[in-house]
Amino acid sequence: MFRFRLDSASGVPPYLQLVHQVRQSLLLGYLREGDRLPTVKDVVSDLAINPNTVVKAYRQLEHEGLAGGKPGQGTFITGTLSPATPDTHHALRASLERWLRDADAAGLNDDEVTALIAVARNDMRKEKV
Amino acid sequence: MIHDDVVGNAPALRTAGLGRRYGHVWGLRDCTLTVPAGAVVGLVGPNGAGKTTLLQMIIGLLQPTEGQLEVFGETTRANSAKALARVGYVAQDHPLYRDFTVADMFHLGRAMNPSWDQGVATARMDALGIPLKRKIKGLSGGQQAQVSLAMALAKRAPLLALDEPVSSLDPIARLDFMRELMAAAADTGVTVIVASHVVSELERLCDWLIVLTGGRMQLAGPVDDLLAAHRLLTVPRATRDAELPGLAIHRADSDRHSTVLVRIDPARLAAQERREWGVEPVGFEQLVLAYLQRPSGASTDNPAQAAARPGPATKEVTR
Repeated sequence: MFRFRLDSASGVPPYLQLVHQVRQSLLLGYLREGDRLPTVKDVVSDLAINPNTVVKAYRQLEHEGLAGGKPGQGTFITGTLSPATPDTHHALRASLERWLRDADAAGLNDDEVTALIAVARNDMRKEKV
Repeated sequence: MIHDDVVGNAPALRTAGLGRRYGHVWGLRDCTLTVPAGAVVGLVGPNGAGKTTLLQMIIGLLQPTEGQLEVFGETTRANSAKALARVGYVAQDHPLYRDFTVADMFHLGRAMNPSWDQGVATARMDALGIPLKRKIKGLSGGQQAQVSLAMALAKRAPLLALDEPVSSLDPIARLDFMRELMAAAADTGVTVIVASHVVSELERLCDWLIVLTGGRMQLAGPVDDLLAAHRLLTVPRATRDAELPGLAIHRADSDRHSTVLVRIDPARLAAQERREWGVEPVGFEQLVLAYLQRPSGASTDNPAQAAARPGPATKEVTR
């Protein structure tokens, strides 16, 4: 059975953490179509988390077409997450690895890399608006 | 919300201009809020901010000096049997009779509460491995807290108020307590109000937030709405508060730049945002700490409550 975790220091709202974990597990293949997600009560007892938060996360997953509730049986993974074909995914990852190696060679540490990505993303977002 | 219609359609709690004075000093003043049924409310504030005053008025132990207070649509009169029956209460120090056994405590609970459900109380003890024959003084602090919680839940009251329930417990006992509390919320849809100092632990528990300082309500509303209504802006140091797209709640100045937690006005943010500004979402703890650090006389209004309710627009009130 899939188990969620919570990082209270991350600053990411708990419901989003749950949604992200499902998305990420789908991308990594840890979750597949047909898998059952734990019941709201199970997640609540496991993480000491507000039940409404779990319900909200599951609604969001349903809204994204990634999960669906079957009455009396629970919530199941119904979709797959493929923002890009496996080939595109592979190519993007390869170019990212090249870039990270360049950054490393230029002496940037992890924090600097993260800051640079955040700045670039922020600028792109503003250009789109 | 999964707990709609648990106790009719009335909100769990509605206050208007609620206040309580002790002699010449106001313990709490001008408290106006509406909490929906099924919410888990975090009540945050420093010592002396009015948390216990608010809780004791809600549970019917303290008569308000002014203003209105309704619990599930009914006006509360302090110390009436009806008011006391509607709210379960877990006090800070878990007051239990030390020489009583757990079974004795439950016997007392049954005698004092017409709606007592003995099955709820004993089932919880079974699940936690706490023997009914054990004396209270032989239990750990965490187990005593669990007995208090079981007794509050066995009342089957639709509202549960907890005053710093875990402040004396170790981290594992805290987590166990919160697990039981949240499981009960999931099972029964009980509305929960929990006062706590431990802001980092409240985030996972509550979907509603009340911040009090100096007897005044600084912030109240659904957590999601409150987070959506604030941003952390990084701006050049010379930027004046008046140039910001909203109300500056907390500002930290560095040599060249300032980070300001702003209650944003979305239209103004869209119109005024400058390229050199950094705009980031705000986290729960960040938001709470910003409001806790505000002087209690600072201007307050209530964007989330106004957004959540149709009706007249919120006034900007200067106090």
